[in-house]
Amino acid sequence: MATRDTDWDGVRLHVVTGKGGTGKTTVAGALALALAADGRNVLLMEVEGRQGIAQLFDVPPLPYAERRIAVGLGTDAREGGEVFALVADPESALVEYLEMFYNLRHAGTALAKLGVMDFATTIAPGLRDVLLTGKAAEAVRRKDGHGRRVYDAVVMDAPPTGRIGRFLNVSTEVSDLARVGPIRGHADTVQRVIRSPETVVHFVTLLEEMPVQETLDGIAELRSLGAIRPGGVIVNMTRPLALPPDQLQAAASGDLDEALLAVGLKSAGLDRSSDLAAELVAELRDQARTALAQNVQADRLRQAGQPCYQLPWVTGGIDLAGLYRLAAALRTQKAA
Amino acid sequence: MTARRPPELDVDRLIDDRRIRIIVCCGAGGVGKTTIAAAIGLRAAERGRHVVVLTVDPARRLAQSMGLTSLDNTPRLVPGLRVGDAASRGGNGAESAGSLHAMMLDMKRTFDEIVEAHADPDRAAQILANPFYQSLSSSFAGTQEYMAMEKLGQLRRADEWDLIVVDTPPSRSALDFLDAPQRLSRFLDGRLLRLLTAPAKAGGRAYLRVLNAGFGVVTGVLTRILGTQVLRDVQTFVTALDTMFGGFRERAEYTYQLLRAPGTAFLVVAVPEDDALREASYFVERLDTERMPLAGLILNRVERLPAAQLSAARSLAAAEMLQPADGDSLAPTARGPVDTEESARVLAIAALRLHAERMQLAAAQRRAAEHFIAAHPLVPVAEIPAQPEDVHDLDGLRIIGQDFSAERPAASA
Repeated sequence: MATRDTDWDGVRLHVVTGKGGTGKTTVAGALALALAADGRNVLLMEVEGRQGIAQLFDVPPLPYAERRIAVGLGTDAREGGEVFALVADPESALVEYLEMFYNLRHAGTALAKLGVMDFATTIAPGLRDVLLTGKAAEAVRRKDGHGRRVYDAVVMDAPPTGRIGRFLNVSTEVSDLARVGPIRGHADTVQRVIRSPETVVHFVTLLEEMPVQETLDGIAELRSLGAIRPGGVIVNMTRPLALPPDQLQAAASGDLDEALLAVGLKSAGLDRSSDLAAELVAELRDQARTALAQNVQADRLRQAGQPCYQLPWVTGGIDLAGLYRLAAALRTQKAA
Repeated sequence: MTARRPPELDVDRLIDDRRIRIIVCCGAGGVGKTTIAAAIGLRAAERGRHVVVLTVDPARRLAQSMGLTSLDNTPRLVPGLRVGDAASRGGNGAESAGSLHAMMLDMKRTFDEIVEAHADPDRAAQILANPFYQSLSSSFAGTQEYMAMEKLGQLRRADEWDLIVVDTPPSRSALDFLDAPQRLSRFLDGRLLRLLTAPAKAGGRAYLRVLNAGFGVVTGVLTRILGTQVLRDVQTFVTALDTMFGGFRERAEYTYQLLRAPGTAFLVVAVPEDDALREASYFVERLDTERMPLAGLILNRVERLPAAQLSAARSLAAAEMLQPADGDSLAPTARGPVDTEESARVLAIAALRLHAERMQLAAAQRRAAEHFIAAHPLVPVAEIPAQPEDVHDLDGLRIIGQDFSAERPAASA
């Protein structure tokens, strides 16, 4: 079986971020399906406790445990591998961490009861984030009894763009708080994974001014942090306007030939063709103005210099079939 | 239209009601909450009220749309209001000039001010320099929600404005900001905190009595995870904050009660999509549980089509009819149209297809909205049509404001 070149060969941790409302969770799910093609196993991880993955894949709420939720995208050559999902919450991650490293499960449970997580979120939110990124780092590095990687890739549905730099850089922030000690050691390990070439951060956006601005700011922020690699820019819910380019400008300024359109409508057997033509010209004007504004935003995104991918608008909401369509689109464009 | 029509939300009546002193806009991220808050503020000001808009969204565009280069932690006067404009004049005979101020929450600055107000200068300096304080006061998790509510309380106490419009932080869950004051109280009353402050408070004797065995285990574990240095920093920090706790709790409680008071109105903002409306549903239920005064739902970015009476199916059928047998001869970029008849056909096919697509989108929006309405039939709803472009100036905000009136300019074309 020939290995396929993708834009992210060698990447094993895909962090997916985006402004609220851009469809970050949907894209993370589609990316997991696409990465699980060719028999690969993928872990899709959620860190914000919204049960977005369960809703997306239409399964009951997920626990803090790795559950198989879907089969990866099938190809001509091979069936898809398996996609597992994990909803990571800081409290469980803390208990697990204590057990794994200190054999302190009971103490961990007691701490949770005492409100340690409330304490940690309030006093040092960095601690909370390092537990979550730490879980992802653990899954990326985990090996089975034969020394093979358990997961070929991990996809993390991460916090929104406005918080992503802080979320990923958190180990550094924890390191600032804790100059020595075990938590510092843990934070350093996590930071090594996040800052390795095996980790990239993808940005999901719409072709609107604010999400595009946040994407550009987010990419700039990662670059300024150094060593955290920005990944692809995934433009979601695109609805290309099927108008000849020369007519787009005319449509935007309301200069489309209304009489000509009325002739066309009439020959299609539609009543009130001239009224209808006027109404449709008004509709087209709005659509064309939107399309022109979107072109401007698309240009701005291209200037960021990261690979861009387009995902189509799926009518009637995303179901599982729609998700596989998006996965196929990502694979065709070599995002996975 | 919808099978079941919800009661109509009259935003103008809300902003003309002088008893309403606070309007809270809440909803999931990306639904246009901040823009709606600004549009409400502008309209209220042009209808004679003295308004301050408090936003947590650092979008420069919003500041620019209000003619300000940037927003900061101090309310800035927005220039260019049209007071007494016939189109927006209040129903209460308001010819008097209103005013609009806007500000953006600076979370760290607000927190610093609280510390400075509640601690003596030495202690304040000690707190401000502590690494845990710096982490806490500049981080996004929870602090922003709490500080937004704190700022709201401050503005209300200042009593310089008769209407405060606040837009809530883009939380993981839009509900977080309601929890913020309680989370703080819970934290302050927490056993863990008492564990950590006990030695300092009572010179080491009290905690032995209060906690005996438990304390040793917990500090032992904390020391192993965090290391002694971190634990010491934390102890120093919470001890320093200790003196301010009473004041903190009082303020949190004040703000919470303020939100429940009759002078407050909550507007839930959503777009007609399943995810956003699911969040809106949670929010409506949560406000009900907390007995917070919900005014209604603002359904933003609704498709409103001039040719709505031409169904998607008919539109597609008509396009199909115009399509010649060998379909690809009409690919618009492949070959330019040759004569009038053909260009008429090309244009009509494009227009009909695009119309059908928009109609399908509108239908999907309606289905999403119907789910919400079926679950919450008593919640008043106002629809704001989708704008072709982003809002860039006061006029853009005014266009949105037109639909705040119950007599909408274009209810259905």
